[in-house]
Amino acid sequence: MTETLALDLARTQFAFTISFHIIFPAITIGLASYLAVLEGLWLYTRNTLYRDLYHFWVKIFAVNFGMGVVSGLVMAYQFGTNWSFFSEFAGSITGPLLAYEVLTAFFLEAGFLGVMLFGWNRVGPGLHFFSTVVVAIGTLISTFWILASNSWMQTPQGHEIVNGQVIPVDWMAVIFNPSFPYRLIHMSVAAFLATALFVGASAAWHLLRGRDNPAIRKMFSMAMWMMVLVAPVQAVIGDLHGLNTLEHQPAKVAAMEGHWGGEEETAGEGLPLILFGWPDMEEERTRFSVAVPRLGSLILTHSWDGTIPGLKEFAAEDRPNVPIVFWSFRVMVGLGLLMILLGGLSLLQRWRGRLYQTRWLLRFALLMGPAGLVAILAGWYTTEIGRQPWVVYGLLRTEDAVSPHGAGTLGVSLALFVVVYLFVFGAGLAYMLRLVRKGPQLEEGAQETTGGPGQQRHAMRPLSAVEENLDDDHETDRGR
Amino acid sequence: MGIDLPLIWALIIGFGVMMYVLMDGFDLGIGILYPFIPDRHHRDVAMNTVAPVWDGNETWLVLGGAGLLAAFPLVYSVVLTALYLPLIFMLLGLIFRGIAFEFRFKARDHERHIWDKAFIGGSFAATFFQGVVLGAYVSGLAVENGAYVGGPLDWIAPFPLFTGVSLVFAYALLGSTWLIMKTEGELQLRMFHLTRPLMGILLAVIGVISVWTPLRDPAIAERWFSFPNILWVSPVPLLVLGSAILMHRSLASGRQVAPFLLALLLMFLGYVGLAISGWPNILPPDISIWEAAAPPQSLGFALVGALLIIPFILMYTAFAYYVFRGKVRPGDGYH
Repeated sequence: MTETLALDLARTQFAFTISFHIIFPAITIGLASYLAVLEGLWLYTRNTLYRDLYHFWVKIFAVNFGMGVVSGLVMAYQFGTNWSFFSEFAGSITGPLLAYEVLTAFFLEAGFLGVMLFGWNRVGPGLHFFSTVVVAIGTLISTFWILASNSWMQTPQGHEIVNGQVIPVDWMAVIFNPSFPYRLIHMSVAAFLATALFVGASAAWHLLRGRDNPAIRKMFSMAMWMMVLVAPVQAVIGDLHGLNTLEHQPAKVAAMEGHWGGEEETAGEGLPLILFGWPDMEEERTRFSVAVPRLGSLILTHSWDGTIPGLKEFAAEDRPNVPIVFWSFRVMVGLGLLMILLGGLSLLQRWRGRLYQTRWLLRFALLMGPAGLVAILAGWYTTEIGRQPWVVYGLLRTEDAVSPHGAGTLGVSLALFVVVYLFVFGAGLAYMLRLVRKGPQLEEGAQETTGGPGQQRHAMRPLSAVEENLDDDHETDRGR
Repeated sequence: MGIDLPLIWALIIGFGVMMYVLMDGFDLGIGILYPFIPDRHHRDVAMNTVAPVWDGNETWLVLGGAGLLAAFPLVYSVVLTALYLPLIFMLLGLIFRGIAFEFRFKARDHERHIWDKAFIGGSFAATFFQGVVLGAYVSGLAVENGAYVGGPLDWIAPFPLFTGVSLVFAYALLGSTWLIMKTEGELQLRMFHLTRPLMGILLAVIGVISVWTPLRDPAIAERWFSFPNILWVSPVPLLVLGSAILMHRSLASGRQVAPFLLALLLMFLGYVGLAISGWPNILPPDISIWEAAAPPQSLGFALVGALLIIPFILMYTAFAYYVFRGKVRPGDGYH
């Protein structure tokens, strides 16, 4: 009993800390690349809009990056503190992958981040641009390694098991395991989309309040182009990822579809696509289901009457929690469809020349601000909970991976994490939104100071300026 | 027998942890010294001296964790399980310390005290619990059949608590000498005044640990005091004394860079002293690096990357320090 409780607490703690964590790197990945594009465009076109947008977003990036660093440090140690038997079992594979991430990505980001954030006036424009690009590349290298590690846990290969420990045999096979390419592309694109939605919502908020300037229009336009061009591509990538999962983790796909199989299935009728319903794990069927006949076959097997293994083909103790997987998958797909819709509507209004004036579109874009992050979380819940009861698929069960802590110890640490995270990251979010609310300032960063020590305060400390102006803004609001 | 992979990895991890102690040591030291820097603008300056580099400094700690998982998964899982609570407290401390860098400058005036306190409390907690982890680790953990069998609060013992307090003074010394090097005027003068007593306390602390460790463990006494070992290891305490004398003189003559370099040397010597006591056990008191090592396929694969990439890391880290060289003055350099 206490052991089950301890396992649940350990899982809750990991889910809590990693759910908070993933939000920050997702925005970091997207914003770093966005900033590299903005600075590149500024240097190439000399259009000051791009420079002003750079200065606006780099501050938000700094706050977000700091939160990603501190929440990520926790993750690097949680594998050992909470999942010690997993570390002993699989550390010989996940350890080197994590070490490569630190060596090739974390140091790179940290080393050039200082120049990127604080060096605008200390190094030449070329070197500053180089630093921004290196940070952006660092975030993608980081994505590469951590997803290689996660994908190996989903679809392990290239190893042997000797004395209850994984021994790597073929590192290329380990890294480029079957689900890795799909997961890498799906997640990277998701990070770009989530960031674009955040950027677009920020612009929409200003436009709705009548704060209209060329920089705000530019960022809204760029974000909406991302929806037009990238959101549909993401749907295709997601479909391919799903087919890959069907091949390697069929129980997960069966849970995503709420498909139980067994006697109720009639040969030759194909697989319906269940749109909504409630998967009942006791009765082994999906209740209240609303389904489209044959659409499931069409999507999953690309044929008229193909079928997939149902949940009943897996022993009850080898099935994931079906309702969570079923619904988190629908949340992700639903939000993805809304992104495509947003892209389409923005294209329509752009064509009509009313992109920046259509209030319902701006409101829609504003509401969609957090949608990318919610979709990322829902997608990760689908794939991680869908992998259960395994932590390394088919090799190590989660219940055998957990550290032997008492429920009391875990309760204390979980409570501390919840209190600290809500306080710290709540404040961080508030500061980010406060910066967003201030909006891009035209001609910011135009000061031609050389940046040597002893320069005047405001030129060198835009953030102090930010802070004062924020107070002004605050008072204006109250006065209104 | 070819290359001794576990040995090389022990050295790499040892190097990483040493880099962490030296570099994040002065960042954390600044947080510890914050209560002695009441003026807001002085606090801005002190924080700005490390704002561009603290993240890189902390990354060495991530390398320590990842390297340990890669090369010695047994140690990683046992140590992190055994020292669960102090490590969690350390991580929470590092969270408060880390976010303070950004939040403090974004806060409105009436909110800033919150992030000052987060910076101070976070730095204290992270340092103290690092010291506790270190002390508990070198005292040895209760391990049977590759699993921790002790209790969750075994670390509450005189020696780990003492090493926790000791590390607070050590990092404070690194921080005060760093600020002597990077600042000027009133703030620098304040740091000169603080460094003297800190130096005295730290010497006393080193003395206590040097006597306490061999008394607790006859094997360590044997290592240090038997002949001919004593010939090989005696330079360590002698160098400690020598650098303490030099530190005293350099402070008296108002030198600006020498105190920091000497503080680094002192930390390095203390670290070497611990390594001499523990060698070659990676899980004190009796599991060696060879017994705890990951399979050679893992060690070899990760080693290629480590040896190729660490030199580049050192190069661009040096570059980052070079870009932000010189004294930091009020109003300098934030974003």
